[in-house]
Amino acid sequence: MAIAKVCGIETEYGILGRGPDHNPVAASSLLINAYLSATQRRTSWDFDDEHPGTDARGFSVDDLLAPSIETHLVNTVLTNGARYYVDHAHPEISTPECRTALDVVRYDRAGDEIIRASMRAAAALGSELLCHKNNSDGKGNSYGCHENYLMAREVPFGRIVNQVTAHFVSRQVVVGAGKVGSEHPATAPGDVPYQISQRADFFEEEVGLETTVKRPIVNTRDEPHCDPSKYRRLHVIVGDANMSEVATLVKVGATALVLAMIEDDALGDDLAVASPVAAIRQISHDPTLTRTVLMRDGRRMTALDIQTVLLERATAYAAQRGLDAVGEQAGSLALEWWQRIVAGLGGDRHEVADVVDWVAKQRMVEAYAARHGLRPADARLKAIDLQYHDLRPDRGLASRARLRTLIDPTEVASAITEPPVDTRAYFRGRCLAKWPDQVSAANWDSLVFDLGRDPLRRVPMMEPLRGNQAAVGALLDESATPSDLLARLAV
Amino acid sequence: MLRVSRPAGHGRLIGVLATVQTQMSEQIHKRSAPSRSAEPVSDDAVVAAGSDKLKADIDDLLDEIDDVLETNAEDFVKSYVQKGGQ
Repeated sequence: MAIAKVCGIETEYGILGRGPDHNPVAASSLLINAYLSATQRRTSWDFDDEHPGTDARGFSVDDLLAPSIETHLVNTVLTNGARYYVDHAHPEISTPECRTALDVVRYDRAGDEIIRASMRAAAALGSELLCHKNNSDGKGNSYGCHENYLMAREVPFGRIVNQVTAHFVSRQVVVGAGKVGSEHPATAPGDVPYQISQRADFFEEEVGLETTVKRPIVNTRDEPHCDPSKYRRLHVIVGDANMSEVATLVKVGATALVLAMIEDDALGDDLAVASPVAAIRQISHDPTLTRTVLMRDGRRMTALDIQTVLLERATAYAAQRGLDAVGEQAGSLALEWWQRIVAGLGGDRHEVADVVDWVAKQRMVEAYAARHGLRPADARLKAIDLQYHDLRPDRGLASRARLRTLIDPTEVASAITEPPVDTRAYFRGRCLAKWPDQVSAANWDSLVFDLGRDPLRRVPMMEPLRGNQAAVGALLDESATPSDLLARLAV
Repeated sequence: MLRVSRPAGHGRLIGVLATVQTQMSEQIHKRSAPSRSAEPVSDDAVVAAGSDKLKADIDDLLDEIDDVLETNAEDFVKSYVQKGGQ
């Protein structure tokens, strides 16, 4: 049986300062510092890669020397369990570990609101900073929106690569964010007025370790941030950042289901694209959705054909084995929307313009061009593309695109400060909120406490689902001090 | 348990398009109902109202784009340069 698909998203936001001396690294630091000054005490991210007691199960308390903390770039942990930091000249937010795709949507939306609050805090300090939830600047520079999924270590990596690639190549028709123009070097200007994905122009390999150059469709980073003997974390770099909540749900929910099927060896080997790198670009460059790609067995299929087969298999899998691995509510909702989007794309596309980002954006671009008689290369159309992702309330176009929402605004608001209750992020977030001065550092798989005496104490969290509210909620409520807590944790 | 909108008929439907879809599903429901042949005109009326509504909605959307689009789009697009990331 597939293990729980604990998951999360890391988003690098585009950032722009006004003025000729704009430095994106400094701007990103200013943005985050402004937010932290306005909201909470800072707790540093802990870069120490050592895992004392690598085979520890659940909680054990180890003594440790002070970890080395890198301080030159802002890097912090929030009380909702997320990480907020400067990465590659962009502000980046990693959601806390979530149990379901619906929770990922909630924390992804909270991330957007954290960026908006940061922009307001920076403005109050006199700096106008513009942030965009997109993945390229239209000039060949790309930055990522990565997903992470927990998988059983025993699943052969070769099987994952063989079976998931068709989904990664084709899922963009369902969850792509859309882009005016092309940034692929082999495409002549004007050849691709509009394409499905922000990211597809930037993939050059089928499999590999890179994330910033020669980007691979399947990334091989093996850094589980949990017990490496039991788990791997599949790091997915092929996706676009979504403005549509439904798109985020389906992006993460459908992918989690496909990975659960692969883990259970229930997907099969027959759905393999012959040339994935060429195919991902060809599919993105064809918003008519009619172009076929060659499969390894000689068939030709459209991306929608591939998604239809995956959807049918996922539906059958859910009926036979249930949705425990991805969460019953989130899994069934993701399946419903996946089905509805695939049907809409194959029929009247306007029906899904309120949930599919690339369709919503395409409708704006085409209707605007028609109203004003604009050529495809007109800068106003690229401005619509950029402003679709603009997080300024007075400039953003996604918020005007009549997109459907899934999460109640009060749920988004609470996710800005409150951690998920059903993963170890609960322990991280609650400790930070309760003892901000005594948690000296944190990372995904441990917390470091400074009790005012030598030495620092590290609490490893090698199990992503332990440390949830059911397991440690009462313990945290009853502990008056971190010393209390550590005394109770040390069995 | 999160409160969420279901794809059809449940929870809060947001946006005019959602309204159009609701009308369309009502229309499908009417067609499959036994009294279908009694009121064929009202089906067409629903469709026409839906498509007028869609057009009006897109017109509103385009007005909003005109309002919020960067006044110097060309400069904005030209100056939008990011460092590559992951």
